[in-house]
Amino acid sequence: MAPKVGVLLFPGSNCEQDVVEAFSGLGAEADLIWHGDRSLGGVDAVVVPGGFAHGDYLRPGAIARFSPVMGAVTDFARSGGPVVGICNGFQVLCEAGLLPGALQKNAGLRFLCRTVTVRVASTASVLTGEVEIGTELRIPINHFSGNYTCTPEALARLKAEDQIVLRYVDNPNGSLDDIAGVRDEAGNVVGLMPHPERASSALLGSEDGRPLLASVLAASRAIA
Amino acid sequence: MRDDEPMAAFSVHVEVTQRAGIADPEGATIERSLPALGFDEVTGVRVGKSIRFAVEAPDEATARVRVEDLCERFLTNPVIEDATIHLTEGVPA
Repeated sequence: MAPKVGVLLFPGSNCEQDVVEAFSGLGAEADLIWHGDRSLGGVDAVVVPGGFAHGDYLRPGAIARFSPVMGAVTDFARSGGPVVGICNGFQVLCEAGLLPGALQKNAGLRFLCRTVTVRVASTASVLTGEVEIGTELRIPINHFSGNYTCTPEALARLKAEDQIVLRYVDNPNGSLDDIAGVRDEAGNVVGLMPHPERASSALLGSEDGRPLLASVLAASRAIA
Repeated sequence: MRDDEPMAAFSVHVEVTQRAGIADPEGATIERSLPALGFDEVTGVRVGKSIRFAVEAPDEATARVRVEDLCERFLTNPVIEDATIHLTEGVPA
């Protein structure tokens, strides 16, 4: 049976259809889940897409934490379900306390919209289970607050526990330790700033996002 | 908190700034542009947010504890931001 991927839709999300399209192209059954819903409807994986949830008021991701659906997302994450936050979704997961650290404004104070190269730093996550360490991927970024930061203690823990999933080859935004993506301690919750759904077809200029999305599907099949 | 406890109103001003060690690119950019206007003597520019509201509490200490909790859990992200709380009795007209 095709894995079911639930893509959250907040007021202000704007990458949700791209994520649905990319996962559908990989054979998944992908559908939107409204942020006001309290249930995930039995999905096998959850994606928090990019955009400006709740207008990024206060801070990116700060208000989304209060959306009714986030209770179900937290329960799903705690039960081991694959949860991936892309760009604004990464910010939402950090604000919700599902991922460590925070994303501050880009060093240089510029909105960055270009394709970058990231290197896979760990395969112990639902996003990278099907790729090899050291694999370089060309994936677009599109953000103003993608500069990952955390306390020195938290960084030491991330390194010791192999929680850094992706690193920029040429750091575009000032992120601590070139971090482009991190996972939680269990590895089933992952956040990344690059947009793999925008690198899911040769027509888009790169297919390098597909192995990441395929990894999420493989992980969701494994728990289903 | 007892129902019959007399409540007072406090006006609150929360200043949210980047924590020490967290880059403040907005402040740095403003500071870099000042010499062009002849303000070479200005240093240490920090940009933050200013949030104002009113809160009811039996006394100032209780009001402060509530506002500190609000700042910690919502108004700031403690990983990157600090809050300075200014609390005064009475609500501004």
